[in-house]
This record gives sequence, C-alpha cells and structure tokens, in this order.
Amino acid sequence: MITVQLDNVTKSYGDNPPTVAMDLTIGAGEFFTLLGPSGCGKSTMLRMIAGFLQPSSGVIRFGEKEVTDTPPHKRDTGMVFQNYALFPHMTVAQNVAYGLGIRKVAKAERAARIEKALAQVGLAGYGSRRIDQLSGGQQQRVALARAVVIEPSVLLLDEPLSNLDAKLREETRLQIRQVQREAGITGIYVTHDQAEAMAMSDRIAVLEAGKVHQIAAPREIYHRPATAFVARFIGNSNVLSATVLSVNDDGGVRLKLDGGGELEVPAAPHVEAVAGAGVQVSIRPEQLGFGSAQEGILSGVVKSLEFTGASLNYEVECGPATLTVTVPDSLDAPREGDPVHLVCGRNKAWMVQP
Amino acid sequence: MSAQPATRGRLGVKATARLARGGLSERIGHDKFVYVLAIPVFLILLFFVVIPMVQTAVSSTKGEGFAANYTGFFNGASLSALGLSVGTSLASVVLCGVVGTLLAVLLTRFDFPGRKVLEIFAILPMALPPLIGTVSFVLLYSETGIVPRALHAVLGIDPASTAVSGIVGVLVVHTFTMYPFFYLSVTAGLAGLDSSLESAAANLGAGKLKTWSTVILPMLTPALVSGALLTFMISMASFTAPQLYNVQTLTMQIVSTRTAGAHELAAAQSTILSVVSILFLVAMRWYQGRRIHRSLSKGTQRDRAVSTGAARYVALIGTVILSVVLVAPVLVIVLVSFSVDSSWTTEVLPAQYTLANYVGIFTDPRSLLPINVSVQMSILATLGAVVIGALAAWIISRWKLGGKTLLDLAIMLPWALPGTVIGVNLVTAFNEPNPGNLGLRLVGTLWILPVAYFVRYVPLVFRSTSATLDQLDPSVEEAARNLGASPTRVLRTITLPLVSKGILAGALLAFVDGVGEYVASVVIYPAGFVPMSVAIYNRIYSAEFGAAAAYGTLQIVLILIVLIISKALERDKKDKPGQDAASTALASPVV
Repeated sequence: MITVQLDNVTKSYGDNPPTVAMDLTIGAGEFFTLLGPSGCGKSTMLRMIAGFLQPSSGVIRFGEKEVTDTPPHKRDTGMVFQNYALFPHMTVAQNVAYGLGIRKVAKAERAARIEKALAQVGLAGYGSRRIDQLSGGQQQRVALARAVVIEPSVLLLDEPLSNLDAKLREETRLQIRQVQREAGITGIYVTHDQAEAMAMSDRIAVLEAGKVHQIAAPREIYHRPATAFVARFIGNSNVLSATVLSVNDDGGVRLKLDGGGELEVPAAPHVEAVAGAGVQVSIRPEQLGFGSAQEGILSGVVKSLEFTGASLNYEVECGPATLTVTVPDSLDAPREGDPVHLVCGRNKAWMVQP
Repeated sequence: MSAQPATRGRLGVKATARLARGGLSERIGHDKFVYVLAIPVFLILLFFVVIPMVQTAVSSTKGEGFAANYTGFFNGASLSALGLSVGTSLASVVLCGVVGTLLAVLLTRFDFPGRKVLEIFAILPMALPPLIGTVSFVLLYSETGIVPRALHAVLGIDPASTAVSGIVGVLVVHTFTMYPFFYLSVTAGLAGLDSSLESAAANLGAGKLKTWSTVILPMLTPALVSGALLTFMISMASFTAPQLYNVQTLTMQIVSTRTAGAHELAAAQSTILSVVSILFLVAMRWYQGRRIHRSLSKGTQRDRAVSTGAARYVALIGTVILSVVLVAPVLVIVLVSFSVDSSWTTEVLPAQYTLANYVGIFTDPRSLLPINVSVQMSILATLGAVVIGALAAWIISRWKLGGKTLLDLAIMLPWALPGTVIGVNLVTAFNEPNPGNLGLRLVGTLWILPVAYFVRYVPLVFRSTSATLDQLDPSVEEAARNLGASPTRVLRTITLPLVSKGILAGALLAFVDGVGEYVASVVIYPAGFVPMSVAIYNRIYSAEFGAAAAYGTLQIVLILIVLIISKALERDKKDKPGQDAASTALASPVV
C-alpha cells in the first residue's frame, strides 16, 4: 500500500492554459475517484499517473519515490482500460500471465496466482478460453484479473464499466471494490457516472474543464457541494441567487432570495458570507415543499408534473427561474397551472461558490 | 468540512514545481525508440528511391543541357507520346468506370442464376501477371488470334475486320485488367451504404432514379474518385500493352529513346512522367484524407432484387458470355502452354498438344535459369521489403512529430512511379560509382534485380502492414507497457504477433509480383540473367508460344495460390470486408 501524490501536476498543450491541473495526495489503500463530464481532463490525469503522458509541470510520487520521469513499464501500476485492451492472440490465462512472466515469477507460483486471480473475479476454469469466446462482462473481469495479479502498488481504472449494461455494471463495481480491498491496493478510478462514483469511492474529486471543484467523501459532496457545478452535477439541484442579511453568532446565515423570501442556511466553508454580499444557494428538489403564502420563500405556478410512483416531480415557474420540486405523492397535491408557494426548512439549503 | 488540498498549491507551500517541460522531449515522451529506428529506414528509402529519382532529374539537365532536352521533349515525338498516354488513360478511366461500376451494382443489387460464379470470375483479371494478360489478349483477339479466326471459320468474316489492334487493343487490355479497381471500390462502397438511407429517400417520395442520383451516387463519389485516380495512374504507367500493340505512349518512348542512346532525353521524359505520377499520388492521398460522405451507421445487407421470367434467361445468357470472356485469357494461356510450338499456323485452336513445354522449362538449364532468377531475386527483394515496409508502417503509425507525411510519401513514391521510370532511375543512379550512390555500382550485376523489385514492391508490404496496424487498438500496447513490458518487448510479444498476418499478406503479394515483374526488368536486367517475364517476351518474339505460355501458367498458378492464402488470412481477421477489398485493390499488380 502506498500513497500517490500529485504535486501541482498540470498538462497543457502549446501555450494554451492547462487542460488539467491537480494537487492532492491519495492515501494508501484508498479508493479515489476522478469524476467529471467527458473532456474534463480526468483521463488525461490518469494517463499521466500511468506514465503514458508526461506532465507539463509538477511532480508525481508513489510513496516516497518520484516517478514523474519513470517510463510506464517501470511504474508498477495495474491498469484496467475502458475497452479492456486484452491481448487478442492469447488465451485468458496467457493474458493474466503476461505481467507475471515479465516479473519472472516461477512457473509453479505463476499458475497458482493466475488461478487465484481468476477465481477472485469469478472466472475460475476459464483459463484456456480464447478472448473472443468471452462476453463483454467476462472480458472486463479478465482485464481486472490481469491488472491485480501482478500485485501492483497502484490500481488504475479508466471508465472500466462504461461498456457494460446496467445490471452488469452494478455487479462488476462491487467486484472491483472487493478485489481492491482484499489486495490492499491504492485504487484510482475514472468515471463520468456520478452514481458509480458515489457507490464505490472513499473520496471523489469532481472535475470540470480541467479544474478541480471539490475533493471530498461522497456524502459530503452530495450534502455540502462546494460549487454550483458540483451541486448540479451530483444529483439534481436548484441553484438560486440570494443576498446575505445577517450572520448569526453560531455561524448560521440569514439570506434573502432574489425575488423571494428569507431563509436560514448553515455556514459554508467555501463561501465568505458578510451582510449585504450576493451569494449562490443550492436547494435539492426534495428539500422543497408546498406551503402557505406566509412561510413560502418563492411563489410560482406549476408548469408540469410527473408521477414516478413514490413521489411527484414538479417543475414550478417562479418568475424567470424554473425550479424542480420532489414531494411524496398525495391526493391533494397541486396540479398543472395551480399557483403554489415553495417552502424550505431551516438549514436545508446550502451556499455554494458560483 | 471538505479539505481543499487544491489551495495548498496556490499558496505555494510546496516550492517543488518544476520548470515547465515542453517542446520535443515532452511530446516524444518515453518512446524515442521509434525515432531512432526511423533513421536507417528513411536513409534506405532515400538511397534507393529518392536519390535515384533526383539523379535522373539531374541527368535530364546534362548532355545538350536542360533547355535543349526539355525543348526536345516538347517539340519532338515525346509531346505526342505524352498526349497519347493521357488520352488512353482518360479513355481507360471512363471504360473501366462504366464496366466496373455496372458489374458492382449488378452483383451487389441483383440476384440471378450464376451470380456467385460471376462474383469469383469478376476478380480473375487480377490473377493475370501484366505481361501474360496482354499476351493472352493478343492470342485471343489479334488478327491471327483465336476469336477472329473462329469468326472467319464459322461466319466467313474477314479476320482483319474483327481483330483488335493498336490503341483499341491497349484500351481493351486496360479495361479488362483495371476495371477491378472500380469494381472493388464500388462494391465496398455499396456494402458500406446504409440501406436505411435509401428507405428514407423512398419514404420522402423519391423514385428509384431520384434515389440513385441524389443519394446513392453522391455516397459512392469517394469510391468512384479513388477508382478513377488509381486507374489513371496505372494507365499512365502501363507499358506491356502499348509494347505488344506497338502504341507509342510515353513509357514506350522512354525505353526506345534509351535504346537509341539519348539518355538525357529519356531522363527528361522519365522526369516528366514522374512529376505527373507524383501529382496523382498526392491528389489521391489528399482525396482519401477528406472522406466527405460516410454513412453514420454500419452498412447493412440489402435484399437483392431477384430476376424473374424472361429477365432470368437474359441474365443467364449474359452471365455465361461474361464468364467466358473473363475466363478466356487464363484458359488460352493454359491451352497454349500444352501446344506444340510451330504446329499452330492457321488453325483456330492449336492442333497438337504436348507436355514438352513444361518438361522443357524445368529440365533445360537454359530455360530453367529465368525461373531461378525470378524466384530467387524476388525472395531476396521480399525479405528486404518485409523488413523496411513493416518497420516503416510501424514507425509511421507511432510517429507523433511533424514530417510524417514526408516519410509516408517517400515509401509510397515507388508505388506511384511507373516501373519503367524506376528502371531508368536505378540505371541512372547505379551505373557507375559516384557520391550519390556511395560508390555502389549495380548495373550489369544480378543485384540490380532484387533492388528494383524491392523498390517497386516495398509499398505493398507497407500498405498491408499499415492496414493491420490501423486496426490495432493502441490501448492493447499500453496495457502491455503497463504490465511491465519494455517498448522492445511490446513490439516483440504484442505488436508483431498481431500484425504478422498483414505482413505475410503483403510479403506474398510482393513475392508474386516480383516473380512476374516485367516493366522495370526489361530496362535493367543484366546480360546472362534473364528474368522470367523477359524470357516470356523473348519466346513470343521468336514465336515459341508454347514455352512462353508454360512460364505464364506457372506465374498464374503462383498468383492464384497467393490469392487463396490471402483470402484465408483475411477471413481469420474478421474485419470489415470493404476495407479488405479496398486494400486488395490498391495492392494489385501494376501493369
């Protein structure tokens, strides 16, 4: 188990501003996810860690050892590729054996380790199969076995589940986590799927256009998003403009929504709140409800509603803004065209950076 | 609260940030290996391909001087020869375009009795070595050929009025041997055409004619344009058909000017032909790089229209006639190879048959020599072409710096240059020791043959390897690197095994084309070592048709074996059929 340290690592092409920049330390044995929409630079970062791309500036360290200039084959990482990248001219066992052969593992031990790795991913007895005889999910698991059998110091996973169907994705992500934990390997995972990131990660870095928006544990990212982008990208959120009225002694902040009423939110570390300052506030659809005119923070008209079984999803037009509201289903719920007043409990909204 | 390590860097706590890396070393990354390897490969191409061409250009300014030579070109027979070359090439493009496209549409869109057989016969012209193809047409359609004589015997028509000769002869041979370029590219184009496009057009109210003119033809434009450029280029390079029909095209002029001793004028003629060929190569690369219309979805099999009633009989008769026309050249060569020389005088078909021709070419040391020369020199050339062609393909696919196009052009150059020009270039460059050839003299030695074959056919190995490499997912190599394999180990254990079939396919083609090579050989062959195709020509010249046809049959059998092996290799690959057809077309023998 080793730490992976990215010390001001950037990648830029030509004189353009960096396509990605990161400065962080991934703990030993941690399962760390780089999450972001496509083109955000997450794969570029992973490829720099693997050694396939050279950083434009900065230092990468595995434990105490600097590896910035180490070629990929001397970094001792195990990588699982998005399109599996299995060797088509070899059998399953030969694929898994490839890295062991290079490490000059003795024949007998090699066979035992291959068998163990294949069993770990649920493919015991598949060793003599040809790659084209396997399904996509099986191929992905061979790729995982091939990467972990060498007991690498770091396991790198580049959107390994994106080519699998939904059910298989859930199964395989459990398996990846299990294998990573058992082997005690530091894992770095790249994905654009926020549900996947939430379910698997110890910590997540949310990236957008090369910029790190937030690095935190999944639940914190969800409940305490640092920026409007994170609030919108992870789950759904209504991000509204507001003005700070006052700051309480306990750090709580009293806001007035632009074009609406007042509400109280907890102090947010990323946002400097002083009386009179304009701020952005994020309210999750399920934190909103319908109420009377007096307690309402915003008034509007129901534009559309959608029945999903357990709950009702509303789109409510409040002046120029359209808000999403999710409430438990009830028979007296407002209908399309009804005027409504939206309510939000104390400390249920959250200030974010724009 | 969330820790924000990102702020640490901004505050400059760690002052270890390095000087920004940039420029060359950064882009090369860890794989300088490719660039080191590129140097010898490029030097070899420079030495055998580029410098000889330059030497020819330089020598075209010597003798009576640049002005005199090129004025001589534009005043004398050379200009009309150039006009004749361009004219026959344009006519060949039109004829091949019509025949190839019609056949492709017929075979992909209609079902009729004998379609499957016709599909196989349609690419048979590619199995004919260039000289043998022309010889078979002379045997079949000249005034003393089988068809005019048969028409005379049956219908009493004067053979002179039905015989094919002169420019018409050249055009007939060109159409027959080059229509596959159109046939294969249009077939691939139609196969890649999403049939839902046609359905969409029909759904929007377009009739059959409208659909063809507004949807299908525009989608086929790339296939037609590459077919046309290829046919034009190869027609310009054509030498055997003009030689046997005695049409004074530019390639013919070059050889006769050289034979007459006017080396500088021949060099000027070669240089002009090179320039035209290079322009076409560049045009073709540029056009293939554009790729305008492409179906967004994968091509799907479309139901063929089934012929019914009377159309069935018409189709059947048409198929039989077409099949006979397509198979006849091969059959006549095989037939004549069993005929007794000088026994065939005025009869429609040879009257007496024997095995003596085959016994002769394999037992008579004088007759066996050409086979040995061609086979051995071709093997040597193929070995060289495999090393340089495969390496160049790998280098270009991994090249990340500028100048890639230059290397690509250097290796594809000999593919565009007519064989005659390559012959003249080599003779000019390696005639006597000089600084340009590092003191290497090849003219008059056996070595000039493998060098010429290497130069002509290294693009075949290159293309075939490139096509396989393009289909290789780069992440497979990265996976090997990631698992600890060094760049050389990746090359040996991953890349090489995966592209071996492409290399083998290219090597086989290079080998058979070398065995059948005639156009450059006739310019360069050393005294006492006659290659097989030159021997065929000499035998025909002295009316020994049987022995000539026996050599020819040998070449055809060799090509057929290679085609069958290549097909088997392609089937294993399970690739897009369109691409294979296209690469086969581009790798076909040059007339």
